[in-house]
Amino acid sequence: MFILIADMQNLDSTFAALADPTRRAILARLALGETTVMELAKPFEMTQPAVSRHLKVLEEAGLIVRRVDGSKRPARLAPSGIEAIDQWLEMLRNALARNYDRLDQVLAEINPNQGGNPQ
Amino acid sequence: MSSTHTANPRMTLTTEGDTHVVVTRRFNASPEAVYRAHTEPAIIQRWLLGPDGWTMPVCIHENRPGGKFRYEWSNGKGQGFYITGELIALEPGSRIVHVERMHLPDPTPDNHIETTFQRDGDGTLMTMRMTLPDAKTRAQMLATGMERGMEASYVRLEGLQLD
Repeated sequence: MFILIADMQNLDSTFAALADPTRRAILARLALGETTVMELAKPFEMTQPAVSRHLKVLEEAGLIVRRVDGSKRPARLAPSGIEAIDQWLEMLRNALARNYDRLDQVLAEINPNQGGNPQ
Repeated sequence: MSSTHTANPRMTLTTEGDTHVVVTRRFNASPEAVYRAHTEPAIIQRWLLGPDGWTMPVCIHENRPGGKFRYEWSNGKGQGFYITGELIALEPGSRIVHVERMHLPDPTPDNHIETTFQRDGDGTLMTMRMTLPDAKTRAQMLATGMERGMEASYVRLEGLQLD
């Protein structure tokens, strides 16, 4: 029971962390490899403190891990972050797949005598 | 019909190298018909829509090499975005080469896309190969596309009680 509650809380913080588009884009960037705050700040046109705040949320949600390297704390994806990226890719696939399912119907309507036999 | 409701076995989406995304899909129609569905505005507006609830109220498509296009999407609740682009090469029934960018509202870097339509038995194999300027841009584009997919799933989540 206690474990179940702990899991639910973790799920809440994961969804909260993923609800922000900038944090999703940061995760996508981290999918390419370990990155410092400075390197992240540039493409997202954000200040380093703003990036650090997003990283803190992602870290607390267990989506990224950070290590100490002198004065830097480079971030990389945690296993659950990799899983989240995979799920997004799956959702993108689904959105595209839905377009093409619609196109199947449109093609059947504009040229009903053509194409394969759906049984 | 024997298709499953989960992953669509006829579509693949893969990354290639640092800067490419490749999508393939098979259709039960001739290459000419699938090509038309990608180049005639009245047909494009019927299927290129993304998640449920989105429509394409504006579809301008000058179907000639050098022609411009502009597609605008709306979710009917005040949210929307648009794509602009230029057609580079058109081979009716077999190949389209174009450049496009999303406006969110700031334009994203150009995505260079070659789409081919090959006869495959009594149907067509479509291959869409995207080339982005660099790895970062590709990651951001995939994140943006994911965001639209995410929206549909958040709508579903709203109906669930997680307490």
